[in-house]
Amino acid sequence: MSQTFTLDGKTIAFEPGQTILQAADAAGVFIPHLCYHPEFKPHGSCKLCTVKVNGRQTASCTMRAMPGMAVESDTEEINAERRALTQMLFVEGNHYCPSCEKSGNCQLQATAYHLGMMSTHYDHFFPNRAVDASHPEVLLDFNRCILCSLCVRASRDVDGKNVFALSGRGIDTHLIVNASSGRLGDTDFTLADKAAEVCPVGVILKKRQGFAVPIGERTYDKAPIGATTAGEAC
Amino acid sequence: MTVNDTRDIALIAVVERIVERNGRDPTRMVQILREVQEALDWLSPQAIDALQAALKVPRTKIEGVAGFYAFFYLQPRGRYRLLFSDNITDRMLGNEALLERLCRNLWIEPGKVSEDGLVSVDTTSCTGLCDQGPALLVNNQAIGRLTAERIDQIAELVRSKVPLAEWPDELFAIEDNIRRADVLLGNDMQPGDALRAARALAPDEGLMASNMRSWREGLPTGLGGPAAILDEIKHANLRGRGGAGFTTALKWEACRNAPLKLGQQRIVVCNADEGEPGTFKDRVLLTRHADAVFEGMTVAAYAVGATLGFLYLRGEYRHLLEPLNAILERRRGENLLGQNILGIPGANFDIEIHLGAGAYVCGEESALIESLEGKRGTPRNRPPFPVTNGYLDQPTIVNNVETFAAAALIALKGGAWYANIGTRHSAGTKILSVSGDCARPGIYEYPFGVSVRQVLADCGADDVQAVQVSGPSGVCIAPAEFDRIIGFEDIPTAGAFTIFNSSRDMFEVARNYVHFFQHESCGFCTPCRVGTALLKKLMDKLHQGAGSPYDFAEIEKLNVLLQSMSHCGLGHTACNPVLDTIARFRPAYDRRLMQKDFTPAFDLDQALSLARQMTGRDDAGAHLASQHGGEA
Repeated sequence: MSQTFTLDGKTIAFEPGQTILQAADAAGVFIPHLCYHPEFKPHGSCKLCTVKVNGRQTASCTMRAMPGMAVESDTEEINAERRALTQMLFVEGNHYCPSCEKSGNCQLQATAYHLGMMSTHYDHFFPNRAVDASHPEVLLDFNRCILCSLCVRASRDVDGKNVFALSGRGIDTHLIVNASSGRLGDTDFTLADKAAEVCPVGVILKKRQGFAVPIGERTYDKAPIGATTAGEAC
Repeated sequence: MTVNDTRDIALIAVVERIVERNGRDPTRMVQILREVQEALDWLSPQAIDALQAALKVPRTKIEGVAGFYAFFYLQPRGRYRLLFSDNITDRMLGNEALLERLCRNLWIEPGKVSEDGLVSVDTTSCTGLCDQGPALLVNNQAIGRLTAERIDQIAELVRSKVPLAEWPDELFAIEDNIRRADVLLGNDMQPGDALRAARALAPDEGLMASNMRSWREGLPTGLGGPAAILDEIKHANLRGRGGAGFTTALKWEACRNAPLKLGQQRIVVCNADEGEPGTFKDRVLLTRHADAVFEGMTVAAYAVGATLGFLYLRGEYRHLLEPLNAILERRRGENLLGQNILGIPGANFDIEIHLGAGAYVCGEESALIESLEGKRGTPRNRPPFPVTNGYLDQPTIVNNVETFAAAALIALKGGAWYANIGTRHSAGTKILSVSGDCARPGIYEYPFGVSVRQVLADCGADDVQAVQVSGPSGVCIAPAEFDRIIGFEDIPTAGAFTIFNSSRDMFEVARNYVHFFQHESCGFCTPCRVGTALLKKLMDKLHQGAGSPYDFAEIEKLNVLLQSMSHCGLGHTACNPVLDTIARFRPAYDRRLMQKDFTPAFDLDQALSLARQMTGRDDAGAHLASQHGGEA
């Protein structure tokens, strides 16, 4: 018999070792997240999945579920903080949805809609980040990077290549690629890599297919994020 | 062969020698990068190529680590790299004017390298010389007590390209400034005393069971020492001196009881990453009482069954590396380190020193361990905790320098003796690093329970407006609270005690600390990475006179978010200086809210200054015609 905890009053069953987010996902309850991906070890950096456990805030992607926990997630207080974090990610980079080919498939955009974000609120940083079009099949647009590290983990843990890494510190943290030129075209990266498909935003883009699926018919155009069924959240 | 080829061959040889000396071990990445930079002045693309070839690790790993630490340079920064300590105490002692003077002398702009590639001048976080500031680092060597004359002397040495090794010794002289010594600073322990006492300790009857564990695991047998020493630490009621105050014996016991997998060993780490602005007592302990610190580490190793130790020394204390290594070498010769220490069969332990490279966050124990493993200093997700899964996933204790020194004293004199000093909840003494507005800045050791007022009287501080206890991540208190005491039951502290007289602007103090946290945020989690940067912008906006009540409300909202959502203590405490000064010195903020309604921070005329500079113009036509009747 599996053990249970409560999430916003609802009883959630979990297997020993599962995190709160994993158990919620399996039960079909959506907790917003950006750096979490079911196929990778939880990272705990974006903090969007923060919940309150017995009155204390913690990232639900890294916190193991324990029997009898009382977890709050979908409350106005927590959603307001998640909204603020999403706004921070928007102003930190250069995110212009109308001209971004990821629009409609972007998890950051979908999460902003989900949380009812109406403006970016904070002053924009307008960082100066060059794009990298050196690879024949993939464009890197660093302007949209939210430093979730999914491509870093995918390339290292699945592809065994270490094509991506984070460098810098603090607000200057940025994504780098594994070549002395610093260009993706000079790495062994290919379209078949796992790292090519994990970017939740519009940094790693397959060339020549940006608008193959028209706006209006994309993932989150059909169903908003969080409206997926059990086990599908990613 | 071209000149470039010859240079490349020489560079490869240098890198190869350093990598070889470090056992080709990528977990030593931070040490390797430091040594390469010391040899080559910066980490050039060619140096990284050579490192990649020699270490056989991805380039991303090398650049990721190098990019994290403030003292590693992926761009050339000159042969002489001067970094002014920019703590609030340096500011109060006039470091800005001195920096300007040096830049003028050398014809350079702050933050930029001179055109001939000779020199750069910039600022860095507190270098731990607050009692003898203003201070700077030149190629990581510390210089204190800066004056206009010293600045001119330094400028002349740089201009004449005198090698650093030939600069006058007196420039690098650092004072200990011990003003009040108690049991720890006044101890006359001889090397080995505490260890011999630990060896002689017989276990209580009731402790035989826990002793059995050590026997099963092949720890020193037949002496009962390990469990007995743990018991003394417990009786002493020793709590961690790094600020958090965790019970030392509990930490040690958890490590001792943590299961070892095949091939693993237990690890003792001494946290000498004294990065909290205003703290410098570990520098003095390691200068004057290094034997006690190493002995405390060895006592800990004996108690928990550890065989490997690290001293993680902040990069700002580079000047201590050679003296400390010499002491370790002497201790090995005296059989106080190494195999079968003091003839106890199986008591094997040695200590290695790792230098940090300019990252305050590495004072957080899990970030420190990441750094020891040669990685970016990002705090880990916990649990698991280091006591079970620490350095290279092995059971690890991390304690402060002062905690280990106290442990040595306890081993020698007993837990009951120690518990009698201080207060009921805070046993023993605490070393304070006193700086700021007072007649006698320096090191003061008191039994716990001393009042803030007493410390102020002893160091000769009058007209005091505020004291920042335990640095920016601690608390800022006003005169009405000066009867509060130093101790875990009232004001816990890692040791910083920074004094501000009534002439100081507490808003500017808080703004300096906000800049510090923004600079030191590791960037891992969203709230701290972006939140500290936003907080800095808002405080700067108030400073520039564009602040309104709206901005003040924004600051308060950010504080809440940082506290609740951040990944580690850095983010949780980053807003403390602001919260404390708002609560106690509100007028300092109100004075800054010069606008009634929201006003943008962006100043269009100011934004044109670059264009004016480039065109060499500053006439009326090069300025925006002001609609508000200001200067045109």
